[in-house]
Amino acid sequence: MAISVDEVRTVARLARLALDEARVEELAHELGKILGYVDQLNELDTSNVEPTLQVGTLSAPLREDVVRPGLEAVAAYREAPRTSPDGFLVPGFVDESSGKKGGA
Amino acid sequence: MKTAIELREACARGERTVIDTVTEALQAAEARKGENALSYIAAEEATLRARALDALPTSERKGRLFGVPIAVKDAICTSGLPTTSASKMLVRMTSEGPRPYRPPYDATVTERLLAEGAVIVGKANMDEFAMGSSNETSAYGPVKNPVDPTRVPGGSSGGSAAAVAGGIVPVALGSDTGGSIRQPAAFTGIVGVKPTFGRVSRYGLIAFASSLDQIGPMTPDVQSAARVLEIIAGPDGRDSTVNGASVPGYEAACLLGRKEGLKGVRIGVPEEYFSEGLDPRVRERIELILESAKKKGAELRPLRLPHTHYGVATYYVLATAEASSNLARFDGVRFGRRVEQSGTSLTDLYAQSRGTGFGPEVQRRILLGTYVLSAGFYDAYYGKAQRVRTLIRRDFDQAFAEVDCLLTPTSPTPAFKLGERNQDPLSMYMADVYTLPASLAGIPALSLPIGRIEEGGSLLPVGLQVLSPFLAEESMFRISSALEELVRELGL
Repeated sequence: MAISVDEVRTVARLARLALDEARVEELAHELGKILGYVDQLNELDTSNVEPTLQVGTLSAPLREDVVRPGLEAVAAYREAPRTSPDGFLVPGFVDESSGKKGGA
Repeated sequence: MKTAIELREACARGERTVIDTVTEALQAAEARKGENALSYIAAEEATLRARALDALPTSERKGRLFGVPIAVKDAICTSGLPTTSASKMLVRMTSEGPRPYRPPYDATVTERLLAEGAVIVGKANMDEFAMGSSNETSAYGPVKNPVDPTRVPGGSSGGSAAAVAGGIVPVALGSDTGGSIRQPAAFTGIVGVKPTFGRVSRYGLIAFASSLDQIGPMTPDVQSAARVLEIIAGPDGRDSTVNGASVPGYEAACLLGRKEGLKGVRIGVPEEYFSEGLDPRVRERIELILESAKKKGAELRPLRLPHTHYGVATYYVLATAEASSNLARFDGVRFGRRVEQSGTSLTDLYAQSRGTGFGPEVQRRILLGTYVLSAGFYDAYYGKAQRVRTLIRRDFDQAFAEVDCLLTPTSPTPAFKLGERNQDPLSMYMADVYTLPASLAGIPALSLPIGRIEEGGSLLPVGLQVLSPFLAEESMFRISSALEELVRELGL
């Protein structure tokens, strides 16, 4: 199964991974090889087989919805690279769709 | 070195102090630093805790791991201690230099071990985000196998395995998504247990593949592993995937197994685990154990698990798909690495932080996972793999209708050389061919050391994998203890 450098670029953009061009080419080769190996799954007829999403858990257990103590805000912010007293700081993004460059 | 059970008895009775026990572990950690088993040595924290435990009156020295030094895989949250999954992504640059993520809470497993009096002496090195089979993808550099420093300790819990095999600690926690506890246990000559999916809470485990991840013990002996699992297993209101079934006495099962032996135990021997690719010396060693078990009254039943061969392909679709989703949380905003220049957009901040924070194997898997989940390919890859997973599960269901356990090699080869496989992802993935099916089926599995084979002047450990039915850890420990006795009798 071949995978093109354009496909790698698209997937990298979806996965929010900035990659340099040399790496993109290597990855096209590596991923193609792995997907080629994965193609052996098509030897099996699974048309009448149910998918397994999770083992052993038939349904999610429910509990009472009660208020319990959570993490203090100050503890939650402690490990963040940039914060203000009100939360995590990120670059402005609301105007991204109106011309400012976005994506990887 | 003494086992966790022996150390606990001595500390609880006051025959030795916790501080002496912990100091010995810390000294061993320093002396063995070259093996790189620990990504963080908690010298100060462990010393403080040891002194506090020593100050307790005898009546309060009841913990089942009282005074026992442990290592915790770096993917498991330890309050206030670095927890980075061996990734640069969880190390943030500050004006004072790099700062590893220190979680504000303990994982459930950490909390339960501490409540029993254990002392964390270090965080165990690992493959980055648990993605690897040789511990060569770690941001902290590779771990060396204490048995032979030119060889890998296996992965991804390679640091946990090396810390136990090198005698630094008698207990380490690992996590196993496709063999990450069992394969390093086999490579280093210790016991490693992957519990049933849902047996142990993953609250506080940095997720890799949520339908597969389990935390489990790594120890020199079966009984210590049973004790640790008994402590960490069971319902936890903070992880809804934990099975509600009560936790039986695993340690009692070990005592029973040693007493009653293997008489009448129905052992399944799956043909597919003894085929092409299996090192003939590993095969010979497993066959010796099987024949000896038969002489002890066990019944050997050859059988087939016809879809075994598809385990690697199925796993690398499902695990990477789940990883691509789980690792989306590492975005440079709430914790860890953040890369931005002035004017960087939010999406560029994400992409640059992740592009430089994640290592090559993690990036490869995120991309593969994103690809198999993307529109147009979802059914062909992800949907298909989920259906093949059902076939692999059915193979085990049919086998366990006839037998009590399955015995197989844990790994097709003994520990390979550092650098031997890390240039070729597929050859690395094949190292897990015998451990992946149990992960996909969610059944419990234990790797037991069964002696060593000679290679190039080194004596390399071989692991026997004991596979048991869903939630049948009690039976797995009983049989494994009986097998451990057998190995001892054979002088292996």
